Amino acid sequence: MTAPARTKIRVLIAKPGLDGHDRGAKVVARALRDAGCEVIYTGIRQTPEMIAEAALQEDVDVVGLSILSGAHLELFPRVVEELKKRDVDDVLLFCGGIIPDDDTKQLEDLGFQAVFRPGTDTREIVQFVYDNARVS
Amino acid sequence: MPSSSKSEWLQGPYKKALERAPERKKVFETTGQHALDPVYTSDDFAPGEIEAGLGFPAEFPFTRGIQPTMYRGRLWTMRQYAGFGTAEESNRRYRYLLDQGQTGLSVAFDLPTQIGYDSDDPMAAGEVGKVGVAIDSIDDMLTLLDSIPLEKVTTSMTINSTAAILLSLYIAVGRKQGVEPAKLGGTIQNDILKEYITRGTYIFPPKPSMRLITDVFRYCADEVPQWNTISISGYHIREAGSTAAQEIGFTLANGIAYVQAAIDAGLDVDNFAGRLSFFFACHNNFPEEIAKFRAARRLWAKIMKERFNATNPRSQMLRFHTQTGGATLTAQQPEVNIVRTTVQALAAVLGGTQSLHTNSMDEALGLPTEKAVQIALRTQQVLGYESGVSEVIDPMGGAYYIEHLTNHLEAEATEYIETIDKLGGAMDGIEQGFQQREIQEAAYRFQREIEDNDRLIVGVNEFRTDDELPPEVMRVDPELGRSQAAKLQHLRENRDTETVNNLLAKLEGAAAGTDNLLPIILECVENRATLGEVSHALRRVWGEHKETVVV
Repeated sequence: MTAPARTKIRVLIAKPGLDGHDRGAKVVARALRDAGCEVIYTGIRQTPEMIAEAALQEDVDVVGLSILSGAHLELFPRVVEELKKRDVDDVLLFCGGIIPDDDTKQLEDLGFQAVFRPGTDTREIVQFVYDNARVS
Repeated sequence: MPSSSKSEWLQGPYKKALERAPERKKVFETTGQHALDPVYTSDDFAPGEIEAGLGFPAEFPFTRGIQPTMYRGRLWTMRQYAGFGTAEESNRRYRYLLDQGQTGLSVAFDLPTQIGYDSDDPMAAGEVGKVGVAIDSIDDMLTLLDSIPLEKVTTSMTINSTAAILLSLYIAVGRKQGVEPAKLGGTIQNDILKEYITRGTYIFPPKPSMRLITDVFRYCADEVPQWNTISISGYHIREAGSTAAQEIGFTLANGIAYVQAAIDAGLDVDNFAGRLSFFFACHNNFPEEIAKFRAARRLWAKIMKERFNATNPRSQMLRFHTQTGGATLTAQQPEVNIVRTTVQALAAVLGGTQSLHTNSMDEALGLPTEKAVQIALRTQQVLGYESGVSEVIDPMGGAYYIEHLTNHLEAEATEYIETIDKLGGAMDGIEQGFQQREIQEAAYRFQREIEDNDRLIVGVNEFRTDDELPPEVMRVDPELGRSQAAKLQHLRENRDTETVNNLLAKLEGAAAGTDNLLPIILECVENRATLGEVSHALRRVWGEHKETVVV
């Protein structure tokens, strides 16, 4: 695993939408923290505006979105749009949850560099973050 | 010479075998890390201990089950949780399931309905009809239950912070069908404490939420006596990653909080406790899960008798629904989930469940397809009609390992309840993040075990195949939000607005006072106030709950 650069990578793990299933989000948050990242978890039921605002205020390098309700194609574009509105355009975006394979292309086009599905090894997510995040 | 005791055997033949070859693992343990002996015998129990803990079916402490004939009289209710999209689509799925031999309905609502937003509320964007059916008003509820005879079918509704509203809608539809409330049978989940711990569909702060729940208890005791007023749920606690013992401990601690709240509100325990019901998960550890159900039943009977002095046996009986473990399903090789679900369903039946939902194989991928739902229901039918396990009550009773696990899980759950008592009760524990933290620790440990290969999940960290075809996925029409919004607009233009506004004002007044809210909510929805309007009226008076984020 690549060693972190001068400062720690800051990650925002967020739950857009109304679903309360955050076992996965919390496990990922914990794994990234154990791997040396600074992790902020928003809690559940966050609007796109709240997530973008948190990303800005916390000055994060990475934003990971988790959703299990199937509302990703409606909500993720709005998160991206809200990030752009705030000129947060240099963050690494990834997502996870119950997301059909067919939607991967659309999410990649939006700027998500990885989609992690049930059964993913957290070491894979940690590796992805260390390989791709730029500490600002 | 054969061994004459367990210790002699452990020191003799067993030890010799270990010297020749080690076992597969250094330690074998339960989900709660209780180390297991290689074998259990009568030496593990005091004389008469097993019999004293068992009793007979339908007798205290109900370890063996709550009915004197159990599945010989009637099989468990096969109740598949379903609902998606519009009321029309869900109604079609219910009628299909009833035609296929399902014996009860179980309604899944979408998240806006569960959190008190109408489909056209900005907060509902993207979520309408996704994880369940969208219900905004009595118009939707009439469509949902169209041609379903409410005096014959019992209906379970997974609804919590808006449970009083959905129950009112159900009563209102019953009346329109000519069915008196007293003849309606079913269950509302109505369990807010586990929403704060893990499931997340809370609206109001704890105090008014508990008041709404006790209002339901009181109203139903008088008006809807066959209704199960709460389904105290361990399911979501387990799915969030708890151990089996935590599932029992935290769920029964929540149960204690509800009983205490109702008693504090002036209700007589034997007047409402018989309508309490429970809901558990069933995961893969077959013996532990069987023992879990038996331990929960015995512990609850003791709590009701000793702590709350309930004298009616019905008040002491833990009646429960089971759903197989959604979190145990894998996205990889989804057909294998049929096998997992079968093992879990069998454990639930051997544990004496009153009703059962079997998950469909494709639920780690999306909403289940019709074919997958049919196989899931057929799984129950095979267990019920072909396997022979339904012909004798509590077939596992008296097995040394099962009785050992039952005793152990009861003791471990009791410790959790004692800890929560010391923290001031379930709600205080939640506010301090105790239950959440315990569950997260267990969930993280479980994940670590998988990643360290200490725990094998077929198809995930072992026995993988590379050439999997992407499975068929069911999708909900993204235009649904718009069509629901159009229906709402039509409703608002075609009702007596003044009456609705007056009723909502009356509801706010009552919410600020102490009157039972059920009759007023019923009046509101019968006059076509929407679910969102009723919820917002209550929000204005009570405010909203803020989550204690624990990671």
